[in-house]
Amino acid sequence: MNLTLKVWRQKNRSAAGEFATYQARDIIPDMSFLEMLDVVNEEILAQGHEPFAFDSDCREGICGACSLVINGIPHGGNKGVTACQLHMRHFHDGQTITIEPWRASAFPVDRDLITDRTAFDRIIASGGFISAHTGGAPDGNALPVSKPDADKAMDAAACIGCGACVAACKNASAMLFVAAKVSHLGLLPQGQAERYDRVVKMVETMDNEGFGNCTVTGACEAVCPKEISLEFIGRLNRDYLVGSLKK
Amino acid sequence: MNIFQFLFKSSLGRKYIMAVTGAALVVFVIGHMVGNLSFLLGREEINAYGHFLHTKPELLWATRIGLLVMIVLHIWSAIALSAANKAARPVGYAVQKSNGSSYASRTMLMSGLIVFCFIVYHLLHFTVQAPAVNLTGKDFGTLIDSEGRRDIYSMIVLGFSRPAIAIFYMVGVGLLSLHLSHGVSSLFQSLGLRSKGYAPLINCAATVLAVVLIIGYWSIPLSVLTGLKK
Repeated sequence: MNLTLKVWRQKNRSAAGEFATYQARDIIPDMSFLEMLDVVNEEILAQGHEPFAFDSDCREGICGACSLVINGIPHGGNKGVTACQLHMRHFHDGQTITIEPWRASAFPVDRDLITDRTAFDRIIASGGFISAHTGGAPDGNALPVSKPDADKAMDAAACIGCGACVAACKNASAMLFVAAKVSHLGLLPQGQAERYDRVVKMVETMDNEGFGNCTVTGACEAVCPKEISLEFIGRLNRDYLVGSLKK
Repeated sequence: MNIFQFLFKSSLGRKYIMAVTGAALVVFVIGHMVGNLSFLLGREEINAYGHFLHTKPELLWATRIGLLVMIVLHIWSAIALSAANKAARPVGYAVQKSNGSSYASRTMLMSGLIVFCFIVYHLLHFTVQAPAVNLTGKDFGTLIDSEGRRDIYSMIVLGFSRPAIAIFYMVGVGLLSLHLSHGVSSLFQSLGLRSKGYAPLINCAATVLAVVLIIGYWSIPLSVLTGLKK
C-alpha cells in the first residue's frame, strides 16, 4: 500500500506547529499503524531529516502511551482498540491520513505528536488510591464482593489512562477518566473508607487542571479503547453529590 | 466547605444547577403546552383557563418569579460551563469528527440561545402584549370576550394570522424540542440518576417528549394557519 501522511510537526511547547506531508511507500497491510510510522520515520532519517516524535510503549494495547488522532478520531476509530493495535488493513491504498496530537489545554504538546499527560497523574495523586495498609495477602473470601460489583469494578479498572476521552470530547473533558478511576475503587469494599473524600479531591484537581465539562455527547465512550461506559460518569456525578453534602 | 461553594464553583456542581433548573423548566414547558391546548377545545375553554390563571395573582407571580430564577441560573451555568469548555481546547483539530455524538448534543449552547431569543419575543408578543411586535397593528390588551374576560382565543388567532410569526414560533418550538431531546436525558446523567439499565428508557422518553412537544405546540399555529380555528 502507498499512503500520504499529513503529520503535525511542532518543535516544542511554545513553538507554532504545522502539518508536514510524507509518503508512506510499500506498506504491508498487516503492519500496525505504529509500525507504518516507524517505516516512514526510518525513511525520513535516511534522508537526513528529523523524524517526527510520537509516544508508544507496550504496543499491545495495555499501557495507554500511544496517543494519535487519526483522521479526526483518537486511536483511529477501530472500536475498542488503541492506535498501536490498529492495523493498516483498515485503510486503503492511496488514502491520505491526517495525524494530530491530543488537543487540550491540559495536555500541552511537547513535541510533534507527543503531549504532556501528567495532568492525569496529578488527578490520581490527589485521591485515586487506597491509603490503608493492606498487610499480608488476605484469605480469598474474607472480604465478600458481589459478582456484579466485581465485574463493574473491573470494567472501570480497564482504563489505561491514554486520554482518548479528553481528545475526543468537544469540551476536552476528563470526566470519563476520572469516573473510571473513582468507580473502580468506589465499587470495592477496600475503597469505601475514602470513597467520598476521594471523589471530591479528584474532581477538584480535574477542574484545576483546566479540563472541560461533560455535556454527555458520548464521544468519549465511542473512542475509548477499553470501552469504558458513560454509566461511570453518572456514578461519578452521584458520588460527588453525596461527597459534597458530606463535606 | 458549604454546599453552595460546591454548587457554584465546581464543574459538577454547575452541571447540577443546569440539570435541576432544566428539569423545572421542562415541567413548565409541559404544563404550558397542556394548558394552551385548551385553545383547540374552543374560545370558552381557553378564555376560562386564562381567567383562572389571572384570578390567582399570587400563584401566577410565584411561578413567573420562579421561572425567571430558573432561566437566569440555567443560562448562567451554560455560559460559565461553555467558557470553561472553550478554554479547555484552545487549538482545534484539522479533521473534525463527531465521534458518535448527536447533533443535538453538540449544539446545545446555540439552540439554547436561540430559544432564549424566541422566549423574549414570545413574552413581548403574548404576555406583555406589546403592539409593536405583533405585526397586526392591533393592541392584544384590548381584546375582551362577551363575558368581559381577556379574549385569549382571539389573541392567539390574531397573533398567528401572520405566517412569518407563526413560522418563527414553530422554529422556536422545534429548536426547543431539539434542545430537550438531549437535555432531558442528559439531566438524569448529570444528577447521577442514569444507569446502564435505564439509559435506553431515559433516552427514548426524551425523544418521545420532544416529539410530543412539537406536535402539541405546533398544532396551535397550524390550526390558525390552515383556517381550522378563526
